[in-house]
Amino acid sequence: MRWVIGMYDKVREFFIEIGDISFFAGRYFRELVKPPYEWKELLRQCYQIGNRSLVLVLVTGFIIGLVLTLQSRPTLIEFGAESWMPNMVGISIVRELGPVITALVCAGRIASGIGAELGSMRVTEQIDAMEVSGTNPFKYLVVTRVLAATLMLPLLVVLADVVALYGSALVENLKGDVSFQLYFNRVFDALAYGDLVPATVKSFFFGFAIGLVGCYKGYYCKKGTAGVGFAANTAVVFTSMLLFIMDFIAVFVSDIFFEL
Amino acid sequence: METVIEIRDLKKSFGENQVLRGFNLKLHRGENLVVMGKSGSGKSVMIKCLVGLIPPDSGYISVLGKEINLLDQKHLDELRVDIGFLFQGSALYDSMTVRENLEFPLRRHKKRLGDLKNTTPLVMEALENVDLADAIDLMPAELSGGMKRRVALARTLILKPKIILYDEPTSGLDPITAKGIIELMRSIQKKYGTSSLIITHDVDCARVISERMILLVDGVNYAQGSYTELLQNEDPKVQAFFKK
Repeated sequence: MRWVIGMYDKVREFFIEIGDISFFAGRYFRELVKPPYEWKELLRQCYQIGNRSLVLVLVTGFIIGLVLTLQSRPTLIEFGAESWMPNMVGISIVRELGPVITALVCAGRIASGIGAELGSMRVTEQIDAMEVSGTNPFKYLVVTRVLAATLMLPLLVVLADVVALYGSALVENLKGDVSFQLYFNRVFDALAYGDLVPATVKSFFFGFAIGLVGCYKGYYCKKGTAGVGFAANTAVVFTSMLLFIMDFIAVFVSDIFFEL
Repeated sequence: METVIEIRDLKKSFGENQVLRGFNLKLHRGENLVVMGKSGSGKSVMIKCLVGLIPPDSGYISVLGKEINLLDQKHLDELRVDIGFLFQGSALYDSMTVRENLEFPLRRHKKRLGDLKNTTPLVMEALENVDLADAIDLMPAELSGGMKRRVALARTLILKPKIILYDEPTSGLDPITAKGIIELMRSIQKKYGTSSLIITHDVDCARVISERMILLVDGVNYAQGSYTELLQNEDPKVQAFFKK
């Protein structure tokens, strides 16, 4: 019985949190359209989120491309389908691996960073100080960060896709004697609008989720340094879970519209 | 004497915990009023209700003739320009330099403050007031506790507020630095003629700076008067504040 009550409380807390995040998102959209606009801070956040995640995303993307090709080669060779490698890798990376892996890497890098930063600002009363000085901290801190994450993630995904394909092409070039030009011609022949559009659209949503959850966890961080750690940690866990749920929905919806 | 802050029957609870149970206060223009209370007695909650950071459950709060609870966000932000707030932990923006910390409130209110293309003279003036002009390009992490408190005071002063609220201005500081901060508070009050509401549990701070004191016990005004009057009060709860 105690186990059932415990489960009930956990499920209840989860849905309360979903409700709170929905209110938080609603406030974000209201504040987003209301002037004044914090352009300078938005640009600063785009730089922080985009530039500082770049190396991590590029290295991860390159390795994914390399590993995927190395792991798939023996199986494709066994079936005499080695020439299908660019098609398989291209579609896998552009449709799924690029956006999801980049979003997960960014969840670890961005969501936790935002959660810790805003959490520490909350704990040290910097957010209160901002409010007392007549600044809307939600607009200045939350709107700029969520918007920057939403705008930057698709760019990071595109870059990750490109380096992942280069990684794959490198393996094919070294092991299969396939030229880079031939490899990329095959990749572009294989890709269609139905692969690019849903992947790009879902990248925007992934970026939004990363920024929103990171900000929510940090903005409502409980008092104390333990609260900051908890905010950073739960921001990553919650975002990662949300990303998989969103990915499932995105694939489901894309399947309806683009008949994948 | 003109009243700049008035609180009547202020009540605030957090769940079952009733922190303020009908607190009253009047701050007059140019006065230094100290509110003393033990940790957790609701002093910080009261001061945060005053600037609209925490909504009260009930009660009347008026600042410079405007009732806080009736103001919309825009008018509340306008009123906040006239209220300086020195936070307990200084609350400097740690991603900004000292200069940017001081420029931040200026840039927020440039419409009201007029042409602010060159903020440096204002920033320098505020920093010279706290004797920290050399620290202008340092980051908060490079400052000591006392320096942080002084920079926070400079940031509070930069908008030339009519009222300054001090939340535990000397907490966490060594006695010499604390004395320096108290002297600074007095000199600022003299120079700008501000009204000050000081929340503290530091008896030395209260002795030096207060013109009038209120003792906050169990969420209500337990006793009030000058420092000397309260020191002579024989009530054990009052005496408990002055015993070292």
